[in-house]
Amino acid sequence: MRKIILALCAMLLLNSWSAIAADVTKEQIKGLDEQVQDIKKDVIDLTAELLQLEEKLLFPSNSQFALFVSLAEAENLRLDSIQIKLENKVLAYHLYTFRELEAMQNGGVQKIYTGNIRTGEHKLIVSYTAKAVGGSNTKQSGSYTLKKEVGPKFLEIKIGGPDAGEQGIEFKDW
Amino acid sequence: MFRITLIIFCTLFAHNAIAENTIDKAPELKDIFYGESLFYSFQDKNFDAISKLDAELGQFYNLDNPSLDPFNQQISHAEFSVGSFELAYRMHQRAGRAIKAIMESSLNQKIRNEAAYRLAQIFYRKNQPGNALDILENIQGDMAEELRVDEIYLRAQVYISTGRFVEAIDLLKSIEKEEKYEGFILYNLGIAYIQNDEEKKAILALDEMGKISSDDRGVLALKDKANLSLANRMLENGSPAQAKKYFTRVRLNGPFADRALLGLGWVNASLGDYKKALVPWRLLVKREITNESVQESMLAVPYAYGQLDYYGQAALAYGRAMDSFGGEVDRLQASIKSVREGKFLNVVLDKQSERDKNWLHNLRDRQETPETRYILSLMASNDFQQSLQNYRDLAELGARLSYWLASLDVYVELINIRQKYYEPLLPVVEKQFKKLDARIRVRLSQRDRLDQRLKSMVIARRPDYLATAQERAAQDRLAKIDLYLSNNPQHYSADVRARIARLKGVLHWQVNNSYHDRLTNAYKQMQTLDIYINKLNQVYKSFVRTRQAATQSYEGYDIPIRQLKTRIQANQVKVNGIMARQGQLIEALAVNELERRRNQLEEYQIKARFALAESYDRATKKQQKDEEEKILQQIEQNKILKQTESAENIKTEQVEKAGQDEQEEEQEEEQEEEQEEEAESEAVQ
Repeated sequence: MRKIILALCAMLLLNSWSAIAADVTKEQIKGLDEQVQDIKKDVIDLTAELLQLEEKLLFPSNSQFALFVSLAEAENLRLDSIQIKLENKVLAYHLYTFRELEAMQNGGVQKIYTGNIRTGEHKLIVSYTAKAVGGSNTKQSGSYTLKKEVGPKFLEIKIGGPDAGEQGIEFKDW
Repeated sequence: MFRITLIIFCTLFAHNAIAENTIDKAPELKDIFYGESLFYSFQDKNFDAISKLDAELGQFYNLDNPSLDPFNQQISHAEFSVGSFELAYRMHQRAGRAIKAIMESSLNQKIRNEAAYRLAQIFYRKNQPGNALDILENIQGDMAEELRVDEIYLRAQVYISTGRFVEAIDLLKSIEKEEKYEGFILYNLGIAYIQNDEEKKAILALDEMGKISSDDRGVLALKDKANLSLANRMLENGSPAQAKKYFTRVRLNGPFADRALLGLGWVNASLGDYKKALVPWRLLVKREITNESVQESMLAVPYAYGQLDYYGQAALAYGRAMDSFGGEVDRLQASIKSVREGKFLNVVLDKQSERDKNWLHNLRDRQETPETRYILSLMASNDFQQSLQNYRDLAELGARLSYWLASLDVYVELINIRQKYYEPLLPVVEKQFKKLDARIRVRLSQRDRLDQRLKSMVIARRPDYLATAQERAAQDRLAKIDLYLSNNPQHYSADVRARIARLKGVLHWQVNNSYHDRLTNAYKQMQTLDIYINKLNQVYKSFVRTRQAATQSYEGYDIPIRQLKTRIQANQVKVNGIMARQGQLIEALAVNELERRRNQLEEYQIKARFALAESYDRATKKQQKDEEEKILQQIEQNKILKQTESAENIKTEQVEKAGQDEQEEEQEEEQEEEQEEEAESEAVQ
């Protein structure tokens, strides 16, 4: 019977491990965690400044051009890859990971390209490969004439959805 | 003890039940960059998500009139998102401040209630139920429908933690049927009953929890825990039969199966049924050797054999246990050395872990970290997980800082190249631009004058403004002739004068008669001109911006870059220092746990050694006893044999004697018969 009690105590002790560990180094863990939070805050603030500097240096507002890719709501396509051509030159190519796809299916928007272009009209061709709900492979392509003016240009490429037309791609200027 | 255990269970599961509650679906986007930060957040790239959304919010608040921006429509959602991302990035302090700001704002009451709920959630997670309660008290009116149950559940948890059990029970009962927290509500209800000294109700609630059917792994694990807790409680109450019932409910493949098997064995042992105790223990002994329950069962199995007088088997099992313990002690020793050499931390940071979403869970399957199997319970603790995550975050911060430092060097080079290119070029361009600028200004003022004239002609008719150049030349010539004639009237006849008047009349007719057509045409021309003027303005603006961009591409960066570099370097020093301390802490925790397990195994080894000797003793004694018994039996048998033999001899003699007697009797009888026959014959005669 003594052994039983010992065994049960061992089980209970196992359960309460976290509490014991917390007692031993609680202050130390808490102190370090606060320091980690502080340094995270400092680095995030610093990164925001560095990103602004980078944007100012590399992508000045008069020539800045960014492309975003999103999936239409409730779109059951499994996007495999996308290729974007500007004036018949490949601008961006991307193969999607499961996590990226999941993020897009939840409404996240991928910034696929940031660069600089001249003002005026430019022809954009977007092609994508995907798997439909039934498992069949889909390959679609669509074109768009974008008008770059003096300010920065942001264009969203939305795959699928009711307004996407036959080509399955909708373009939206932001 | 029961209470303490349950409180710990409650605390552990409360975290799972809340399940982060971060943004899991994007709203209809009003700002594309908000969508980008959500894209990072959904992939758990919280650093990127926070820094990008922070930058976007900064730009929004810097607008002259932010309320006119479409992003304003979902600004509260975005603010929550920042708080959520910060929570997910374990920045509780900052997340709390951000959410508190919304709570104290003049936003819609439902939004403020939501903020209060989320802030209370943060405090509860940080084990500050008092603060959580204060915040929850600020909630007024209705909650948003999607958060109604969450708020009640959180409030109930906070009430349990602050000793308001009756209120907690009432709240939990009000949401008992809600599927969202299926199982968790029952479990917490059981805890609240226990805390309120209503043990029967507690057992009923936990018993119901222990029978719940679900496909959810979390709920099933909680179900196992409920059964295990009840079994322990029944053992404490001295009801092993009841305990047995609860132990057998625990799944054999669940996270608590080992403890349940061990407990079930002890229950059977306590009932004196060692054969039945051996069934779960023998099953357990084949499981993962690093598990504490398995190690204990390696001693329990021979113990049961011993109780069943199978000393030989007990001795063999103790021997096997000692061998295993010896091997494991060596392994633990090697693991302690490996952890101290920093190999564990190296694996935590390697690329494979970086790509793996469940890296912490999968760490135990890595060959390079055999020690992780021994620190599973440690790894399950919040403190250790938080420390490991912090260590990885610090490594990521360090890598980011190094990247930026290297990038800044490249940017400095880029700026120098730009400066070399633009500096000689810009003055020439500037000179040409000034000339063109002057010409453009002249043309623009001309256009404005024409525009003014056309507008004035709508009010006051001015045909002369619309005369062609040829007509204006003819008019000038006629005016000159007229002037000459008036100065020299003697040289010309009346006929000439009449001709001049007629020509003037023709011109007047021509200009006045086509006035409307000319005016319309002038408007059309003005419109065409405006198209060109617009193009000119565009080119002009573009040029001005390009010229400005060219200047700005290399000027004014020296000081900011120098300052940023200094800040990066200072942060690098900080990160390295904190990371070293965090690493030491993790290693110390791991080594402490490994040493505890090693000491435990060494104790087990000693116990096994003594038990082995005892088994041999008992086996020898039993053997001796058996032999003695055998000898005694033999002696007894011999005795019996001898007795049997002597008895047989006597019997034989008796038989022989009896035979002789019988013979004698027969002879006597024969003689008597003969004598009788003779007497009869004599009588007859």
